[in-house]
Amino acid sequence: MATKAVSSPMIAGFPAMSAQRLLVFGGVALIAGGMIFGEIFAVFVLHQNGGKTGEALLAATKAVTAQNPEAVKQAFVSIGGLLEDRGTKVDTHVHMTDAGYLALLLALVQSSVALSAPRKRFLAKLFLLGGTLLPIGIFLIHYVGLAYSPFPVIGWASILADSAGALLIVVLTAEVWGLWRHFRGQPEAVASMSHVGTAAAGCPAERSSADPAPTWEERALLGGGTVLVLLGFLYGAWYAGKNLYEQEARERNILSFMLDAAVKTPDLSGQFVNSYGMLAAERAVQIAAHSHIIEFGLLAMLLSFVQRYVFLNAVWKRRWVVLLLLGSLILPVFVWLELKVGLVAGGIADVGGLLVVIALIGMLAGMLRYSGSVDALRGAQP
Amino acid sequence: MSRDRKVLIFGGLALAAFGMFYGLHYALFVEHQTLDQLGGSLATAFVSAAERKLPESRAALDRYAAIRYDYVRQVDVHSHWIGLAMLMIVFGAAFDRVAFSGSIKFWIALALTIGAIVFPLGVILQSVSHGSALASALAILGSGLVIMALAATALGFARQGAPGGA
Repeated sequence: MATKAVSSPMIAGFPAMSAQRLLVFGGVALIAGGMIFGEIFAVFVLHQNGGKTGEALLAATKAVTAQNPEAVKQAFVSIGGLLEDRGTKVDTHVHMTDAGYLALLLALVQSSVALSAPRKRFLAKLFLLGGTLLPIGIFLIHYVGLAYSPFPVIGWASILADSAGALLIVVLTAEVWGLWRHFRGQPEAVASMSHVGTAAAGCPAERSSADPAPTWEERALLGGGTVLVLLGFLYGAWYAGKNLYEQEARERNILSFMLDAAVKTPDLSGQFVNSYGMLAAERAVQIAAHSHIIEFGLLAMLLSFVQRYVFLNAVWKRRWVVLLLLGSLILPVFVWLELKVGLVAGGIADVGGLLVVIALIGMLAGMLRYSGSVDALRGAQP
Repeated sequence: MSRDRKVLIFGGLALAAFGMFYGLHYALFVEHQTLDQLGGSLATAFVSAAERKLPESRAALDRYAAIRYDYVRQVDVHSHWIGLAMLMIVFGAAFDRVAFSGSIKFWIALALTIGAIVFPLGVILQSVSHGSALASALAILGSGLVIMALAATALGFARQGAPGGA
């Protein structure tokens, strides 16, 4: 992988241990971490959890047939635990990747935040701390439960997650305050900007006519990302109009038939439990396809802004871009096809997710090389 | 900074902060209780059926369906507000690459901002009044604005890359 020379405006736009660099590295790392967690969850937890939930629901219907309310309650305790296990893992994945997206967003606007460099650095560290602790807290909710908690329904892990969420809000509020000062023309804004230097390279918030034209990678990620988000919204609108209410009504009916069958025709209970499981799977894949295609679209757009910090030659940069867009399309499409085609589609979807993770790590490696080169040049300058 | 980008960046940051406050409030004061009610009503439906109290069982099932209807929309509002806010900030950073005139870009930015506020608002209002036509109309109007603004932005990005584009 050949490299190219690093221009001095780029050095000014990406100083060592700056808020911008912390947020870019931390953001990409959080997104990659969240996606790897999501892959592990999809392969090792999701289907197994669904199977156990179905078994517990079948046990509940058998207990209804046997007129055994205590056994029903036990089955529902088991179902509650399984749903919490699944829900907190989905939330861990979502909140870790979303915190990464927000970190990249904040990196984009750093040059327009009228706060001193140490304050911006402090805020960036706080944000990354909150973005890391929030998913950890959510993940632990299922395992910690209410142990030693002084509250009746909120455990220590929830307190950790909520505190981390509050930390993110505080940082975001401070960043908005900094932006407000910048646009009000506060003196510190000018000082801050002159400290950073001229327009941060690759940061469109500070683009000017003197900036170089967007590269192929930037245009592909920005245009491709917008199209992915648009497709996701169109699909979401179609889902809301055609499936949302129908599925809600169907769930109510299946549960009603399930209970009737448990009381009157126990042999049919299993069929309705299967129907309920199929409905849950149908709903899950449709929502996952909608949310993943939009998230990948956003990710592609965000990554278009940091392409100039990816210190790789053009061929490798294009390879990572193509791999990322390909994976971003493969995952949601094959997740959606999972119910029609079967587990093969699920496997292909997982490969799509893996392509995105590989592309992300490739870009992150390029950014690490870039920052290393910048720091070496900075050290060599008088 | 152009006014379309100001609308998108400030609107997006404000919406993200609002969405987070909503999420924090929901997680602290509503979600645990809602989940308890959700699980409790379904369990009650089954327990009542086991005791052969079928009217009570059906009433509990109706309660479960109503709580689930609200829960789905309450969670959706949180994720859609924050997701749309992030989209607005990203577009705010890149809007100078949309190859349209300043006034058209401003209207696109405004449509996206209004849509991003109104669409989830319509969704949450559906949980306040089940089957409300006004809430559904707001949600449809909001999502329509978001989709149109997205399509226009995609077209603007494509025009920039095309020969003769901005």
